[in-house]
This record gives sequence, structure tokens and C-alpha cells, in this order.
Amino acid sequence: MNYVVSLVTMAVTTALINNMVFHFFVGNCPFIGVSRRLDTAFGMGAAVTFVTTIAALLSWLLTYFVMAPGAPLATGLWRLLTRDPAAAADLSILSYIVYIFVIAWAVQLVEMYIRKFFPPLYKAFGVYLPLITTNCVILFVCLEIMKHIGTGATDPWDLGKALTYAFFAGFGFLIAIVIMAGIREELDHCDVPKPLQGPGITLIIAGILSLAFMGLTGVDGNLAKLLSAKSSHPAAPASAPAAERSK
Amino acid sequence: MSRDTGPTSLERFINGILPENPTYRQILGICPSLAVSNTMEGAVTMAGAVAFVLLGSNLLISLIRHLLKPHLRILVFTLTIAAFVTIADRFLAAYMYDMSKQLGPYVPLIIVNCIIIARCEICAAKQGVGPALADAVGQSLGFALGLASIATVREILGFGTWFGKWLGWRVIPDLSAQPQVWSNWVIMILPPGAFITLGLLMGVMNGIEHARAARLKRTGGKQ
Repeated sequence: MNYVVSLVTMAVTTALINNMVFHFFVGNCPFIGVSRRLDTAFGMGAAVTFVTTIAALLSWLLTYFVMAPGAPLATGLWRLLTRDPAAAADLSILSYIVYIFVIAWAVQLVEMYIRKFFPPLYKAFGVYLPLITTNCVILFVCLEIMKHIGTGATDPWDLGKALTYAFFAGFGFLIAIVIMAGIREELDHCDVPKPLQGPGITLIIAGILSLAFMGLTGVDGNLAKLLSAKSSHPAAPASAPAAERSK
Repeated sequence: MSRDTGPTSLERFINGILPENPTYRQILGICPSLAVSNTMEGAVTMAGAVAFVLLGSNLLISLIRHLLKPHLRILVFTLTIAAFVTIADRFLAAYMYDMSKQLGPYVPLIIVNCIIIARCEICAAKQGVGPALADAVGQSLGFALGLASIATVREILGFGTWFGKWLGWRVIPDLSAQPQVWSNWVIMILPPGAFITLGLLMGVMNGIEHARAARLKRTGGKQ
């Protein structure tokens, strides 16, 4: 039950409080570039969520078994090669290159798979799938996962937590870009000062939205308390308030 | 591969600073310019890291441009950039540990920074070493200018200082005892301040550009 509570709290924290766009500023290029119409914005958001989850799965497996300090596969191989039973391998210096490779590969794979088996979905995603390779959200999620694996991590994540984090990070991006697209469709009927038209007013609106999302700070702590009070295990540790993390 | 054509080194260099400024004109690389610009120190370090990666990858891509296969070039760009970012990241972690902690994931995120891929694609893959290097220097200066302008507004309004941690310059006198006169705008340090500052600065830049264009039109300028 504690585990479920921690997953739910993590989902709310990731999607709403520490929203990828409004709190961590990642994924801003598509957020400004592709948020002109509601349907394309939704397609972009859905594609990002999809690819983020798959890339997170791959990068968790790779990091856990190969790249983290003292990872089983790399260490085993290294011990076999050096014939030194105490040797420990640390391949984490390769992580950036491996992640970017994994992301590019995941995007290609997803594109081919969808084109073969779900042609309507492929049409809906359109040009956004290849563009996702350079979307910061995915690399950011991979880096977050890397921080929580290995001997140095204070709060180790298992695969379930990593996948929850990845899915709701993408979902938070989806929420943000859809809200933005809705506002920008209405904005077409407004008289915006000429120098601010386009990116300028979009960024200012994003700032106001970000203020609104800051109002959700602290929801996760209360939610954890509420959920763990209902469950039969009273000693569920409430997760640290988001205010602390946002420092 | 066709002959190398395109603007000369000097044009590339000058274009990068204002006419094609990465932040205000091309609207590329917004993520780091928003995330690390609440202090000047962060902005300068970030600009330095981006400059290093941009110089390195532009140079390397320009040297191997005749070997590039069209369908694999983006992958080659990204892997080159990832290698240089790893160097920059390890360097920061070794010699500027506090700064590396403060910048956090935004240093590795330089890999997916659109500026560098765009410059590799637009300039380095098509032109020789000279223009590519000039382009990298110009674009990094432009990026540094963009980042510094945002950070100046945010740090002065948010902390009342400029280069507060390194040099300790106070722009607005410390009035924390008299909050009725002036108190720091905390919102400027937080995420909303970044968005609003960049939006307004972009408006100012566009306004200046419109005014100049209008003046040129009125006077029937040569351009």
C-alpha cells in the first residue's frame, strides 16, 4: 500500500506541481512552436508521452544493468576480463551518449511500429514523431532516472517508479501544451500589441500559467497524508513537500 | 558534395550576434536561457559551456563534412555534441562543483539544445573550418548576450545584485529593513519570472526592430 501511495504522489507531483514545462522549463521549443492549434498540440503531447515512456524503460534497463556504478553486467564482464574479483566497473561517463542513442533509436522504432500497425495514428502524429528526438523532456527524464539508480542514489527507483515518473512527465507536458493551445486559439481574436505577437505573448502567458501551477505546491504532501490515513498502514512516510524540492 | 558556398566568415560572425541572435531572433535554446538565468554566474557558466560545445562540434563537423551521409547526419551531429557535452560536464563537475550542482541537468541538456544542431546543419556541414569557427564564435556571443540580458533583469530585480556570488556588486541597496520602500521581487527568481522576463524582452527587441524598419522606410534608406 505504501508503494501505491508513493506512486500516486509521484504522479501528482510530476504532472502538476513540478510540471516539465512550467517548473523545469524543458520542452519549451515545441511548447512555443507547436501550440498554435489544439489538435496538433494534442498530437505532439501524446507522441511525447509515448516516446518518453518507452525511452525511460530502455534507459532504466540499460542504466541498471550496464551503466550505473557497480552495475551487474558491466562489473561481471570487467571481473571476467581483469580476473580481479574485487574490480568494479563504472560506465556512467558514457551515459549521455548512450541516452541520446537510445532516444533516437526509440523514436525510429516507434515510428516504424506505428506506421506498420496503426496507420491512422501515424497520420495523426505526422511530422512530430521525428522531431521528438531533440525534445528535452525525454533526455531530462532519462537523466532523472540516472540520478536515482546506483550506489550513490539516496532515493533509489525501481522500474515501476521510473515508468510512472516518465509517463506522468509526458502527461504533464501534454496538459501544458494543450492548455497553451486552447489559450492561443482564443488569442487569435484579440488585439495583441504588435511587438509582442507570437512568441512574446506566448511566453508571458506561460509565465502566468506557471504562477497558477505554483499554487498547487504542497498538494502532494497532503495527498500522501490523506491516502496513508485511509490505508491500514498508518506509518506511510509522507513525501517531502514540493516546496523543498523546488529550491 | 558540392562546392562550399555561403556567407563569408565575417558575415557569419556578425549575423550570430544580433541579426540572427539565437535567443531573440531564432528563438532556439529557450530551455537553458530560462532555467539558468536567475543569476549572472549561472548564465555566464552556461554560455561558456555552450560556447565550448558549439566551437568543438562546429570544428569537428566542418572537418568531416565530406564524409557525412545525408540520412545519418543528424545522428552524427548528436553523437558529436554528446561527446563534447560529456567533456564540458565532467570539467564543470571537477573544477566548479557548486556551479555544476546549481546547473544540474541543464548541462547535459545542451545535447538537445537546438542551437547547436541548427548551426551544424546550417553552417558547419556546408562550409569550411574558417566560416564554421566564426559562426560558432558569433552564435555563442549572441547566445551569451541573450542569456546575460535575461539574467541581468532577473538578478537585479530578484536579489538586488549583479554577479552577487562572484563579485558581490549591489545594484539596489539592501533595504530588507525597510520593506515599505523596496523589497526584492521573489517572483523573478522563480519560474514565472523567467517566462515573463523573456516575453517582455522579446517584445522590446521586436519593438526596436519595428521602429528601425519604419525609420528606414520613411527615410528611404539604402537597405
